[in-house]
Amino acid sequence: MIVSGAAWAQNPTTPATIDLPLPGGPDERVITTAFPQKGPMILQRTRPPLLETPFEVFDRGVFTPNDAFYVRWHWAVIPTEIDVDTFRLSVRGHVDKELSLSLKEIVDGLPRVELAAVNQCSGNSRGFTEPRVAGAQWANGAMGNAKWMGVKLRDLLDRAGIKPGAVAVRFAGLDEPVMSDAPKFMKSLSLDHARDGEVMIAYAMNGEQLPLLNGFPLRLVVPGWYSTYWVKMLDRIEVLSAPDESFWTKNAYLIPDTPGADMKPGQAGVAMVPINKMVPRSFITNLKAGGTLKAGTKNLVRGIAFGGVTGVKNVDLSMDGGATWLPTVLGRDEGKYSFRQWQAEVAPAVGDLALMVRCTNDDGLAQPLANNWNPSGFMHNGIETVRVKVA
Amino acid sequence: MKISMGTVGFAVPIVAGVVLALIGHPAVQLPPPSPAVAATPAASGFALKSVSVELPVSDVVFPGGAKADAIAANCLSCHSAGMVLTQPDLAKAAWTGIVEKMIHAYKAPVAEADVAAIVDYLQETRGAK
Ligand code: HEC
Repeated sequence: MIVSGAAWAQNPTTPATIDLPLPGGPDERVITTAFPQKGPMILQRTRPPLLETPFEVFDRGVFTPNDAFYVRWHWAVIPTEIDVDTFRLSVRGHVDKELSLSLKEIVDGLPRVELAAVNQCSGNSRGFTEPRVAGAQWANGAMGNAKWMGVKLRDLLDRAGIKPGAVAVRFAGLDEPVMSDAPKFMKSLSLDHARDGEVMIAYAMNGEQLPLLNGFPLRLVVPGWYSTYWVKMLDRIEVLSAPDESFWTKNAYLIPDTPGADMKPGQAGVAMVPINKMVPRSFITNLKAGGTLKAGTKNLVRGIAFGGVTGVKNVDLSMDGGATWLPTVLGRDEGKYSFRQWQAEVAPAVGDLALMVRCTNDDGLAQPLANNWNPSGFMHNGIETVRVKVA
Repeated sequence: MKISMGTVGFAVPIVAGVVLALIGHPAVQLPPPSPAVAATPAASGFALKSVSVELPVSDVVFPGGAKADAIAANCLSCHSAGMVLTQPDLAKAAWTGIVEKMIHAYKAPVAEADVAAIVDYLQETRGAK
């Protein structure tokens, strides 16, 4: 998935394309530079935008640059102009005092927090699910890691005052469905989760205001949980006194209630629950399938990992199909919800080599050898293998 | 234009210095973990600026001439064609389920008479062989 900037700049009339190696295809995608505040991105859909991060970006460090951060919207009515002086965030529902806050009141009036956290689409890597399933056909680039800056959701809720009997908090943004009778995109969290002191409302990522397509001016950050909860262009918060029965919480983004969200195609009678905590993943970022390593010398293998809902305990590498695992050296710890770099040196013999990488998180949960399957292709996290030649 | 793997190199890592320094020193002292959430009083201001952008429009059409009339008439109001055309080959029952979901869950205004033609089109272009 390596694309050279210079190569397409030479010929701007013919769009550069890339082949995501999705089993059975179709896997050709255009590399687009047409989106505001974004560099070259893999075009999955123009309207509403689905833009994937080119994988080589993940080799450049643990923080994903804002202009390369993936984009995913459900509904096409997305405001393209946002005035920071008139924007308001409301807090309503089962509260003592309803709030309507300006951005200035949020930025200057509440304690500021910073947190590094991975934002990953529930369906990241769906294109590799076999048998294949419907949905955005992402390769591995529907994820990113940023240093989020903002305020604690708890501080905001405390300011409004939660009434006894509240059970959940629902979030919605400025985006709207095209058909007025269609379900508006909204997500909710239990009240305890919303008040855990980690869930935040971000007004900056990586030191800058958010790109519009990543949710400017405010985005919910739900550390360790899949991105479907990280509501973009957040402008309304509603404290509920009964569980959220609305479409996107109750009927969409459901996973089988089984370990690893795994089931058999066609299996009947599986209980389904809303997707929630992320599971560990790891990737090799400096080698591509079909690449070459030098025989008789040490080769650097490097990549990123994340633990999901907790930190990375260790990342191991296997060169013998998973029979034995070698430890790798972990890079700087940016916090338990962040990507973490890992690296190792290998000196393989001439021939074909399959490099496998496995992350174990601080809860002791390790990536499984085989990928899961569920009808929506959610929570893909099997051990990745990169096949190279040693010469 | 296709960019082949063979002609381009790997991205130069910004962190090369750090990485190289670690090679061969597995016992190297890594920096201490940063606290999960670091709170500071919002002293130094952070100024947000208004934004106005334009989003591109899609030029992807459903291929197939007249055969694509039904899908083009019913399936482009909420999303452009790109994601539909990049779906894997699915069984006819799966395509029927997707069209039903568009109508019932997402309120796609599809004329009942067009449903069969849309499913047939999807089956023909992206159907499991
Ligand atoms: C009323 C709006 C609307 C219309 C009209 C509509 N869709 Fe969708 N479609 C959606 C939404 C919402 C999604 C899911 C969110 C997303 O993927 O961004 C979706 C997703 C899809 C997907 C991805 C797979 C999936 O199940 O999520 C396919 C394929 C698709 N639509 C095909 C169609 C076809 C074919 C038609 C015409 C019959 C159609 N759509 C008309 C709203 C619509």
